[in-house]
Amino acid sequence: MALVVYNLKVEMLREVFVNILEIQDISKIYGTVNALRNITLSVQQGEWAAIMGPSGSGKTTMMNIIGCMDKPTSGSVILDGDDISRLSSEELTGIRRDKIGLVFQQFHLVPYLTALENVMVAQYYHSIIDKEEALQSLERVGLQDRAEHLPRQLSGGEQQRVCIARALINHPKLILADEPTGNLDEANEGIVMDLFRQLHCGGSTIVMVTHDPGVAAHAERTVVLEHGRLARITSNPAKDF
Amino acid sequence: MFWKMIFGALTRQKSRLLLIAFTVALGVSLATAMLTVMFDVGDKVNQELKTYGANLNVLPKGLSMLGEMYNLDQVEGEAARPEQHLAEADLGKIKMIFWAYNIVDFAPYLETKIMAGNRPVILVGTWFDKHLNLPTGDEVDTGMTRMKSWWDVTGSFGRDDEPRGAMVGASLAAELGLKAGDALPISGLEGQDLGSLEVCAVFHSGGVEDGQIFAPLRLVQDIAGKPGLVQRVEVSALTTPENDLARRAAQDPGSLSRLEWDTWYCTAYISSIAYQIEEIMPGARAKAVLQVAESEGAILQKTQLLMSLLTILSLACSSLAISNLVTASVMERGTEIGLLKALGATTLSVVLLILVEILITAFAGGILGYFVGLGFAQIIGRTVFGAAVTANAMAAPLVALLVLLVAMAGSMPAVRMLLLLRPTEVLHGK
Repeated sequence: MALVVYNLKVEMLREVFVNILEIQDISKIYGTVNALRNITLSVQQGEWAAIMGPSGSGKTTMMNIIGCMDKPTSGSVILDGDDISRLSSEELTGIRRDKIGLVFQQFHLVPYLTALENVMVAQYYHSIIDKEEALQSLERVGLQDRAEHLPRQLSGGEQQRVCIARALINHPKLILADEPTGNLDEANEGIVMDLFRQLHCGGSTIVMVTHDPGVAAHAERTVVLEHGRLARITSNPAKDF
Repeated sequence: MFWKMIFGALTRQKSRLLLIAFTVALGVSLATAMLTVMFDVGDKVNQELKTYGANLNVLPKGLSMLGEMYNLDQVEGEAARPEQHLAEADLGKIKMIFWAYNIVDFAPYLETKIMAGNRPVILVGTWFDKHLNLPTGDEVDTGMTRMKSWWDVTGSFGRDDEPRGAMVGASLAAELGLKAGDALPISGLEGQDLGSLEVCAVFHSGGVEDGQIFAPLRLVQDIAGKPGLVQRVEVSALTTPENDLARRAAQDPGSLSRLEWDTWYCTAYISSIAYQIEEIMPGARAKAVLQVAESEGAILQKTQLLMSLLTILSLACSSLAISNLVTASVMERGTEIGLLKALGATTLSVVLLILVEILITAFAGGILGYFVGLGFAQIIGRTVFGAAVTANAMAAPLVALLVLLVAMAGSMPAVRMLLLLRPTEVLHGK
């Protein structure tokens, strides 16, 4: 029954929403190295896509370009209507702040700020600080009772959940996760993937880079890169949540 | 959140920031000491130099003209004429000029020739330590004891209230076999008996005075038959180093514009002090001992230049050390800074964050350094000049400005790093 409801929900989203990300024939050349070659890809609003590939396949470069931290040598990248391949560094910072929520493999929390303050840092650079909203974000990842703890007082899984709460606080159009379970044990990996599932069910668009087929299998689609080229895109069977 | 992050960074990097604060404190303490001494060194060096002699000679107008024309100080055998002498009663006026407080000491002299030990000797009358009550109500103690403090004296300096007490120059004393406590019979050039002098001291000056005898002025006036008269006055004055304006004024005060004249008159140049003495003593001509005055100015300028260079060098060293420390700090915090950029912090806001951290640290070190520097200044003052150095109100804001400049200059390489830092290095842990 749950599977049916999930599939129905996904189909409804497909009909209602448009592409949040459109990558048109992008290439990235570093000196003599072609990191990406003629990639064309789109991600719909509310979709969960995984980018997979071996080392040197170009997934890091792809991640940087989608995350507004690098620009393609050629081609265009439209994120929520903005062609980010044409923007200046400062404009890209604005896009990253307003439209993207970043989740890192190594969590990257500010060590001298509490869990709550780490969430509020993202608010501070986005607009204004709202402690209640930051607490709600922590509550969403199940860490309301750990709000005043410093990162060193939290387990790896808890730190990653704080990182996810921080990524969500400004209601981003796209959640960009880089190997979010790469540093976690199996139990914490399960908790974090559950969180991503809940976010996806809530309508969040997620692009996740991973080298773990098991993690990638949670996404709706898996984009596989090889030697900078788009090797294939596979649709994953829907999971029963 | 900004201050929370600043506070967090300050408390988390205690050891590194303490090192930065210590570096600033070291540089600032040296700079403060040098600046404080530099502001006060003019008076200190002047006072020090004043102990080595007069920088003004006040002569009677008539005598000074003859002296200039014929290179003579005295016309032999000539009877005492008022225009060739100054009145002893007028000498107090020297302490009544516009720059009265810059007149440190003065002493009159009257010379006459006598016979001592069967040979002619110059007997010089002077004030040893004269107490004057001025018409202004001020009281002044002045005389040769202060003016010639560098003389090597065996015995005790003469006293004005010991009418027969005399100081004998070292070479004359050796020739006559005199020592402190001896009696020295003297007579006039014609052989008339003038009684005896009581040798209170034998002195070594290194100059012509070593062949002379110094006695109280009143005694010499009586012997010379020139009551109430003196031949010249040596004046020791605190002066400002000469510049072009002072040199032009010394040649011809009339050549100055009104504004230049006011500036010159109201500055303690040796020439303006001489001018004011001539104003108040119409029969006198005040002549600057230019070698002394210019040497004083040169020493002062060189001392101040040396201190300025030390200040600049100490701050440059601090700046370099801060630069290394801040750059190391930024490199160490590269992940955190890159993260902030990845979260949407503009480069400007990150630079501001780092600069505020550095400035807070630098000012904490600066305040510590300022007070340590004041202590250093006192040590320098006591050791070099034998007197306390007055803290100048100008030094504090100047030091604050220097701290700001040093911290900013030291932070520049780190700021450049921040500008170049890309958040991708954080995102992928590279």
